[in-house]
Amino acid sequence: MPSLSKLLPTESLDSERPRSQMALQRRNAFQAIVRKEFTDYLTSWRIIILLVIILLTCVGSLYTAITSIQDALNASNDAKEIAKDSFLFLKLFTVSDGTLPPFITFVGFIGPLLGIALGFDAINSERNKGTLSRLMAQPIPRDYVLNAKFVAAILINVVLFAILGLIVTALGILIIGIPPSFEEFARIALFITLCICYIAFWLNLGILFSVRFKQAATSALSGMAVWIFFSVFYSMIIQIIAKVMFNPEAITTQSAAISRQETILNLMRLSPNYLFNESTSILLSPSVRSTGPLTMEQTAGAIAGPLPLSQSLLLIWPQLTGLIAATLICFAISYLLFMRQEIRGSQ
Amino acid sequence: MTGPIIELKEITKKYDNQYAVDHLSLTIQKGEIFGLLGPNGAGKSTTILMMLGLSEPTSGSVSVCGIDSTRYPLEVKARVGYLPDDLGFYHHMTGLENLMYTAALNGIPKQEAKELATQLLDRVGLNHAADKKTGKYSRGMRQRLGLADVLIKKPEVIILDEPTLGIDPEGVRELLKLIKELNEQENITVLLSSHHLHQVQQICDRVGIFVSGKLLAEGNLARLAQQLFFEDTFVVNVTAEGIEQSLLEELHKINGVNRVEKLNTSLEIYCDRDVTSIIAEKIIQSGARLSYINKKDYGLDEIYHRYFEGREAT
Repeated sequence: MPSLSKLLPTESLDSERPRSQMALQRRNAFQAIVRKEFTDYLTSWRIIILLVIILLTCVGSLYTAITSIQDALNASNDAKEIAKDSFLFLKLFTVSDGTLPPFITFVGFIGPLLGIALGFDAINSERNKGTLSRLMAQPIPRDYVLNAKFVAAILINVVLFAILGLIVTALGILIIGIPPSFEEFARIALFITLCICYIAFWLNLGILFSVRFKQAATSALSGMAVWIFFSVFYSMIIQIIAKVMFNPEAITTQSAAISRQETILNLMRLSPNYLFNESTSILLSPSVRSTGPLTMEQTAGAIAGPLPLSQSLLLIWPQLTGLIAATLICFAISYLLFMRQEIRGSQ
Repeated sequence: MTGPIIELKEITKKYDNQYAVDHLSLTIQKGEIFGLLGPNGAGKSTTILMMLGLSEPTSGSVSVCGIDSTRYPLEVKARVGYLPDDLGFYHHMTGLENLMYTAALNGIPKQEAKELATQLLDRVGLNHAADKKTGKYSRGMRQRLGLADVLIKKPEVIILDEPTLGIDPEGVRELLKLIKELNEQENITVLLSSHHLHQVQQICDRVGIFVSGKLLAEGNLARLAQQLFFEDTFVVNVTAEGIEQSLLEELHKINGVNRVEKLNTSLEIYCDRDVTSIIAEKIIQSGARLSYINKKDYGLDEIYHRYFEGREAT
């Protein structure tokens, strides 16, 4: 048996170590956790299956978009010229021939599932496996565990959506034969950033549930419940409210109708799905000029044409801020809960 | 080294107005093996968590290696290895990978970590399973891997929470031998908690008995017995046929015997010093046929059992 006496110093050196070295060591520890979590995600069946589903739906919707665009392009010779001016490239993400929903609908629907799948067992599985207390006995600050898991999951998202965006762009150039303009490219990049923010919200919701609930199944189901609520039931509920509010007898003036319409819209905007859909459609369809109702007077004299990128951005700024705020709130709550929790066994 | 390596001063931990740990003071010297003994829910794990700075004491102070655990938990955790009672590993990683992950968290460079991990696996007798997924490890193997995991950061102190829980007797023997070796060869201070008394008794230099958040007694075995039972330190068991009332009276008269209890053909004689030979002599003189005589050694089990027996009665 080898002796450990050579390996185990009788004096610890920590106290003499300069602070910068300690900081470096901690950063390395943080990277170690991120690296491990990232590898875990890439090797777990759950995530592989989801990634494959997303990739397949992406290819599917891209195919339907391309076929419908090509049909339109072949219809006349002028079409190509018109296409260049009307952001045809962005249509790859928004158009479909009806057999499959377009790309943005898919991301809006499946994205949350990916986010929840990445986050729902972040903390409680460590707790149930008994690895959390072992992890906590190492010289790392407690929040490193939570932060590193978040960073690793976000990294997965960034990689996935960067790949998807580039695949769509590349195939689009190859098949349609029209290169994207710089503005189109910038819009696609922003759209991808938006997707990542949107999924980050669901990821954080998943992490929040994973901190709160001891059982992974409970937190997964709660995450799914929220997801289904917002993607299916929330709009139904708002429609019922809208029906009551738009009772013709109650509305007397035009301004009353508009204010009620705004109220309904604001209610809809409480849903992260709606925020995402609104902002993606503005980003990818430059011809959309407003998120709210427009009166005839407001549109009178306006020249039909796409908005410049800066104006589109300005339009979705509140939506984007709202989405990021919701993400941060979820993260802050899970952070607080986690920092205050007892690091105790699973019993 | 001077000064205690672990020092708890009047620490308390309150949960919902109930004391989990109640004004506990304890000092452990460098190089000792200290056994923290108590029933489940006595507050052993809570005390350990406070030593590591994973839980904050309601009042009192904890210092480990001369560092305040509550204020500088990271510095303490860099020097203290902790084996939790509900020990677990990442199932999808091999034993070696698990160790190397811990090493990475302690800022040990990869090359060095690999060497160290291989050496430690060898030491705990797991070199054959180094590349096996920990999901396939048996409980005993996991516990030994846990010990390697604790040692990889080169600790000054190791704290083991119920290290022998759920392992077969042979595994327990090996584990305890390993702990003893580490203590002797590397001069690592060991604090281990358990409710398995005879195991603690095998390796511990000192033992503290811990019940409902209070340290009832501490010291080596002889001192513990003295602290807990001022009288009746020895019990002599006798089985004989033909015991008569006169014999009982005779036995009572022996200097040092406090109490004699008769159950059918057997006697239990409580005394405050070793008078076994005199008892045997008296019994034979009385004409009873002696078939069995035994002086009970005070194991921790007995101390423990008698302590609780006494408590329930009151």
